[in-house]
Formats: sequence, structure tokens, C-alpha cells
Amino acid sequence: MMARKVLALNGDEAAAYAVKQCKPDVIAAYPITPQTIIVERLSDFVADGELDAEFIAVESEHSAMSACIGASAMGARAYTATASQGLALMYEMLFVASSFRLPIVMSVANRALNSPLNIWNDMSDTMGARDCGWIQIYNENSQEVYDFTIQAFRIAEDHRVLLPVMVCHDGFVVSHSTEGVEVLSDGEVDSFLPPRDPVYPLDVEKPVTIGCVGVPEYYPEIKYQQEVATKKSIETIKEILREFNESFGRSYGIVEEYRTDGAEVALLTIGSISGTAKEAVDEMRAEGKPVGLLKLRLFRPFPIEALRKSLSGLKVVGVVDRHISFGSCMGGALNMEVRAALYEMKDRPHVMGFPTGLGGRDIRVEHFLKIIDELLMIAEQDALEEEYKVVGCRGPGCIGP
Amino acid sequence: MLETWEEVTFAGYILEPGNAESYKTGDWRSRQKPVINQEKCTFCLLCWIYCPDGAIIRKEGEVEIDYYHCKGCGICAYECPSGAIRMRSEMEGE
Repeated sequence: MMARKVLALNGDEAAAYAVKQCKPDVIAAYPITPQTIIVERLSDFVADGELDAEFIAVESEHSAMSACIGASAMGARAYTATASQGLALMYEMLFVASSFRLPIVMSVANRALNSPLNIWNDMSDTMGARDCGWIQIYNENSQEVYDFTIQAFRIAEDHRVLLPVMVCHDGFVVSHSTEGVEVLSDGEVDSFLPPRDPVYPLDVEKPVTIGCVGVPEYYPEIKYQQEVATKKSIETIKEILREFNESFGRSYGIVEEYRTDGAEVALLTIGSISGTAKEAVDEMRAEGKPVGLLKLRLFRPFPIEALRKSLSGLKVVGVVDRHISFGSCMGGALNMEVRAALYEMKDRPHVMGFPTGLGGRDIRVEHFLKIIDELLMIAEQDALEEEYKVVGCRGPGCIGP
Repeated sequence: MLETWEEVTFAGYILEPGNAESYKTGDWRSRQKPVINQEKCTFCLLCWIYCPDGAIIRKEGEVEIDYYHCKGCGICAYECPSGAIRMRSEMEGE
């Protein structure tokens, strides 16, 4: 096989390059803050004639999603990108997109929400949108952003799925950090991603009504149908992932295990912070400590079975959230979900949450070493004192910066 | 029998255009319904124009109420200049 091109791309550029190769018909996006480089590059591609797409610069993110919904309902391949407050402003339309079962793909550069005003990285935005009915994929680096943006279109448009997909990468840490990205040829992308084949496109010759009233006599049936489709999509996602791995020499999973052989305690991470955490795991392993790591790629649908399998046999799991779910019982949404998923498991591990790196607070290897120390202590005592502890925060009750 | 979640259309799409006609809005009519006195009716068709639900059926020389769709709002009776339409309680019978 011919060696593939390696381009120097940051996470945003990797997303834009992948989207260009996926040939969307419509890109609708709000062009200024909190927008990222993604749509800037895409508008360059369109202006330079490298991408034959309708680029709609709308007046708000609510309109961006609305335009994507309209385009997708017509049968177009529609794409948008946003971050933080932009995603928050889209909230209403996110539900509409997923309920209409429209295969829209959206990149989100994960950033904190105001207030205080903060443009840096955490996952308050997409974690807050976890119940909107979108598939959510979280990426660790530019290479993953590139690979999963392409897969996102394939997953979304698969007739067994037909759901919108959020492809998430950490703001700045990934979105603005340049890395080498091995890109596929246009031909390879074309062979993996055929043109969209819409099921019920809006067509005057064959009219359909989308978004009609759902009276109480019908609403639950329509919503449960959506829930079943979302849950079942995990099988299709796994299948598409396998095909991508085999075709292009990758080795992705929906839950990825790192040095878990013989591990007694493990970190469970999501997004770019996984890289830093792996360094800490390596250091601990070098000292002979039984530590491993699990990286969650898919948050929606939540990979319950894969996670139960990966976590069984462990004594303690430290779940590293990137946001706070205020007033919840477990600190962050990931911790809540993991604990809920393990509840009915015999010999389940202790699970402690570590909301970490809020609003761009730098989290380094030594933070993870402290977390792992805590996990080893819980393993030794076979008891958990607290459900969660915020990491990277000054003051009592927290693990300091 | 109403459809199960497996039987309802994909995402609740309506695949058959114009099927609102088969939706029986008359079954949630307010407790009164319009009744026409054909002897008083002058076939001026104001009721036919004003009815918001298209529930007045225009026939040869006379009008008829479509009770399958009529919600009993009373606009036809209010607009009728010759007092040919009267709202009557559902309990009274025809």
C-alpha cells in the first residue's frame, strides 16, 4: 500500500479537512465567537472551489441548526460546527434534529459555559446536551477527530441508525494544537462513505409531513421508537468502526483499554485528558502499581455492555469527568452513568468521580498520580468515603492545583 | 386499536398527504352543536365562508353540517343573518 499523506493539522483543521472529503451539500454555521477554525477553513474550501457546498452564514446557532434540519430533511448531507454558548443556543433545535431522525453531523470543540466568562476547555457544553438524542463521540487528538468525523457521516446516514452525530474534541487542547494527521485519499473516503440515500426526503412529487403534532395518544410510541433506535445504533456503530479499522489500518474501539491486564484500579477518562492520564498510568506501572485506564469514546448511546465487561474484575474505578452536574449526587454525568451502569453487577468495583480541568484549568500528570493514589487507598480499605472530589481546585475538599 | 411503537410511522412522519380529513375533530365538540332550519335558510353561504373548520357542506340549494369535523364553536349560528342556525345542546338530540 502506498504511504498515506501526513498533514500538520490542529483538531479544527482535521475536522474541516475530513468534512471537505465527505462532501456535504450544505454547511450552515454562525461564523463568529464562539465559533472555531473549523468553519473558517470550510468557507475557504467553498470560496476556493475545492468544495461544492452551499455555505450559509446564519445569524445564530439556533438558525444554524434550523438550516441544517431543513437541508437534511430535503435529503442533503448537512454539517455544522459550534462550541460552548453556541451549542447552548442550539438546544431547542437539537431535539428537533434527533426526533426527525436527520443524519446531521456537528463538530463541537468542547468549551466551558459562562459565567464567569470563559472560553477554555471543559465539557459543560456537550455533557449538558447529553439527553438531546444525539450520538456523542469524544476524541483524544487530531487524528481521532479526522477519523471519526468521516465515520460520523457513515454512522448517521446508515438506515439502521438515522440519527444526528456530535463529534467532540477538546477546545484548544485539541482544537488549536497542531499534530501530524495521516489523511486518507479522496478515493478512500469515497469508497467508505457513499452519497447519502435519504429515506423520506421532502419531495413535492411524494409529499410527507415532518414535525406534525404528536398528541398524547401517539407521543410515547414515537419517542420509544426513537429510544430503541438510539440504543440499537451501538451495534451499527461497532460494525462501522470495525470496517474503518480494517480498511484503513486503525484500531479504535467504543471503549479502549490501556494497560488493564492485571490492573486492580483504573482511571476512566474521556477526551484529550486521556493522554495525560496514560502518562500517569505508565509511571505507576513502572513502580509496579496495578493501574490501568479505560478511555470512553462513545457517551451516547452509552456502551453499557462494553463498559461492564471492561470494568469487571477491577477493585476501584476513578471516573474523570470534565464538568460538574450541579447538585447531582455524583459530581459529573459520566460518574453518574458509570455507577448506574454497574449497580446490578455482582462484585462491582468501587467508583469515585473526579470532576477535573474545569474551564481550562491545566491538569497534569501529577494530578493523575494523586487520583491514582486515592484509588489505591480505596482498594486497600475496600471502602469509599466520598462519591466524588473535584481535581484542580484550591481549597478544602478538593485536590489542589 | 392504535398503533404500537413498532407500527407507528418512522419518527411519526405523515406519509399520506391530506389525511387531516380523516381526523375526527367532531368527537371533541363543545357540548353544543349547530342545527340548520332549512325553511329559514336563504342559502347566502355566510356560514360556509365563516366556518373555520370547513364543516359546512355546500349542496344543491342548501347547506349541511359535517358533524365529523364540526367542533361546535358557534360562529355559523352567530353569523347567520336569517336565524336559520341555532346552537343546541348535544343532549337534546336531533
